[in-house]
Amino acid sequence: MSAQTTSTKVFEYNPTALQGDDPLHGELMELNMGPQHPATHGVLRIKVVLDGETMKEIEPVVGYLHRGKEKTCESLGWRKFFPHTDRLDYVQPLMNNCAYAIALEKLGGVPVPERGQIIRVMLMEMSRIAAHLIYLGTTAIDLGAVTMFFFTFKERETIYTFLDAYTGHRMNNTYVRIGGVYADVNEDVGREIEKWCEHFLGAVDEYEKMLTGNRIWYDRNHNIGIVNKELALAWSLTGPNLRGSGFEWDLRKQQPYSSYERFNFEIPVGTTGDCYDRYLVRVEEMRQSTRIIQQAVKLLRDTRGGEFLADDRRYVLPPKGKVHTSMEELIHQFKIVTDMALPKGEAYGAVESSKGELGFYVVSDGTSHPLRCHIRAPGLMNVQAIPVVMRDRLFSDTVSIIGSLDFVMGEVDR
Amino acid sequence: MGSLIEIKDNPAQEGFLWTRVDELVNWGRKNSLWPMPLGLSCCGIELMAMIGPKFDLARFGAEAARFSPRQADLMVVAGTLTWKMAEACRTIYDQMPDPKWVIAMGVCSSSGGMYDSYSVVQGVDSILPVDVYVPGCPPRPDAVIDAILKLQKKIERERPVELLLQGANTDEGIGTRRFDRAPNRGVPTTRSHEFLPPGQVSDR
Amino acid sequence: MTSTQERVQAALDGLQASISSARDGMPTITVPADKVHEAVQRLKERAGFETNTLVTAVDHYPAEPRYELCWQFLSVSHNDRVRLHARIGGDQPTVASIIDLFPGAAYSERECFDMFGVVFTGHTGLKRLLMPEEYDHFPLRKDFPHHGIEPDRLYREWDRKRRERPSNTAFRQEEGAH
Repeated sequence: MSAQTTSTKVFEYNPTALQGDDPLHGELMELNMGPQHPATHGVLRIKVVLDGETMKEIEPVVGYLHRGKEKTCESLGWRKFFPHTDRLDYVQPLMNNCAYAIALEKLGGVPVPERGQIIRVMLMEMSRIAAHLIYLGTTAIDLGAVTMFFFTFKERETIYTFLDAYTGHRMNNTYVRIGGVYADVNEDVGREIEKWCEHFLGAVDEYEKMLTGNRIWYDRNHNIGIVNKELALAWSLTGPNLRGSGFEWDLRKQQPYSSYERFNFEIPVGTTGDCYDRYLVRVEEMRQSTRIIQQAVKLLRDTRGGEFLADDRRYVLPPKGKVHTSMEELIHQFKIVTDMALPKGEAYGAVESSKGELGFYVVSDGTSHPLRCHIRAPGLMNVQAIPVVMRDRLFSDTVSIIGSLDFVMGEVDR
Repeated sequence: MGSLIEIKDNPAQEGFLWTRVDELVNWGRKNSLWPMPLGLSCCGIELMAMIGPKFDLARFGAEAARFSPRQADLMVVAGTLTWKMAEACRTIYDQMPDPKWVIAMGVCSSSGGMYDSYSVVQGVDSILPVDVYVPGCPPRPDAVIDAILKLQKKIERERPVELLLQGANTDEGIGTRRFDRAPNRGVPTTRSHEFLPPGQVSDR
Repeated sequence: MTSTQERVQAALDGLQASISSARDGMPTITVPADKVHEAVQRLKERAGFETNTLVTAVDHYPAEPRYELCWQFLSVSHNDRVRLHARIGGDQPTVASIIDLFPGAAYSERECFDMFGVVFTGHTGLKRLLMPEEYDHFPLRKDFPHHGIEPDRLYREWDRKRRERPSNTAFRQEEGAH
């Protein structure tokens, strides 16, 4: 394992070099797991050189969903880029919005009011549950447990119903603004969310009953795709991939943002770092996220009537009613929409997303057009680790490992 | 008897018998559309939600989602198509046997969507013939089901027997737009055009 | 000076590094381009930064040197971050690759090469990551237009070859129409 940690051999994709004279092994076969494939979780292409069923060389090819987001940010401007951030990791609707907003708030020096932070936490945790449900549903259906897909999507539909009621859209909500969120949360929605949390904890137990003790699930995931702490840190893996190896590193605890220090929750860690451990980590994270949501709803009741959007004239739009009646607010709105500039400098804002550390590195030169907005996507690091983890394993482990490393091509390719 | 002789001379003229056969064939085809989900990005998630328990697509006979194009007849392009992926997309379309239909789900596949950038195909109809466009970003699963129902109505109007008698060859793809229409045309919204050499406009 | 800055200053002693604090409070080091590998090695071995977060570049187009490369590192044992800058320019911008110290920077460096044209010496397998391999231009440079330069060129070439290939079903026409 330590030889693989720092070896750079993975980048020398040269299948002919592996041909030998061993009569038992014969010819190597080059196989393409193309960009269109049900089990690659998006448009990922993997070129594999097989010796029988054992994989000798693996090369992932990405870029089939490269939409030019970083260039788009330079063209559009800071505020207009929010909808684009939604479509980065599209299975966790509001996490990307919050990460981007946090980076911009660091650059501009905008403090977010308490209620805004709590609403953000609630939305981020619901996104995390949604993302982990996708992981569970799609990995299970790829390995043959088709029922899990329907079970997890049923719960996802309830999350979507809440988001629809609250933000107006099921996914790609774009609900976060610099300085807070777009509008306040309704009490009725809060009450329904609390009821759902009770039900969801029971649903997670049901998923565990179906998979955790399941002989087939265990055999297909145990001792497969082992990622230990040194490997994870060398290959820039974060999130459940790092925590599965037993190392407790979570940005919500280590470098808290958006008032996470007020919430009581635990960080699940694994032991050996195989696919099975990562599965257990993610299931437990869903339970902890439910706990956080329950606390958030209670806190929202306590901070009823509080401010959810900062009162910063440089970056926050005035209320629409005033815009139509007062000259000052009209000019203020016009200036923000056409010519909003963040102060000169650079900042990096990161959140703990369901895949790892999702960060935005923003550089401004003081004008209204951004100089640079780089998106640090955890999925890219997870894809990078595929060859390291898959070498010399059987081909059928591909599906377990890809599902367990968990990436979404929207953020890998940007 | 008379209608059979008419058909032999002039296959374009419909006889009662052949319209009945048409209806039967169309009824069979429209109620057993097997989608091939080309789930490229966010719309793919709503596509999965549509096949899921709440917006059950199985009610319309379209439950058998086959990921191999050779076994499917409805290609749902769900998500943003980039020029790097376009070759694969066209190859997959070509691998589908006739009869085949295409639904462009979401604005990204209908027209490029919110991405007017250097790598995104401005509408999948630049490379494929599309039957139904579904706007939305992403469209609700109800909207896609509505599109499938519209497609079913469109299939009802087809005339498979006439095509068979004419010996039509759909290898090249009929297309709703000509391929030569230049893609990726738009108004420059970035200051990078300030740095171009004089005389060169930002878009080809 | 914060403890992070002190630790980093001690590790980079003698490397002409200037340390400041950015708007988000992260210590930001600027080194000359040829000292980058040495600086990163010292940050890893002496200052305890175990993992690399990102490698990217900023294009300051009319100004020379044109590209400002940025590396960011995270220390899980000390729970802090540091940012490293270096400016390079010229027609063939080159800088040392850090994948022998941090293999996780491989894809980020490939992306930098793809988007800006910065060559990382010592990176085996430096090729395009996001754009097709035969693509000619570097999209994130400031003089590259947002809508691209002939984005469909490679596809049209492929499509022309596809149309000229004899069709699989050509035998149908030989037998005569149905």
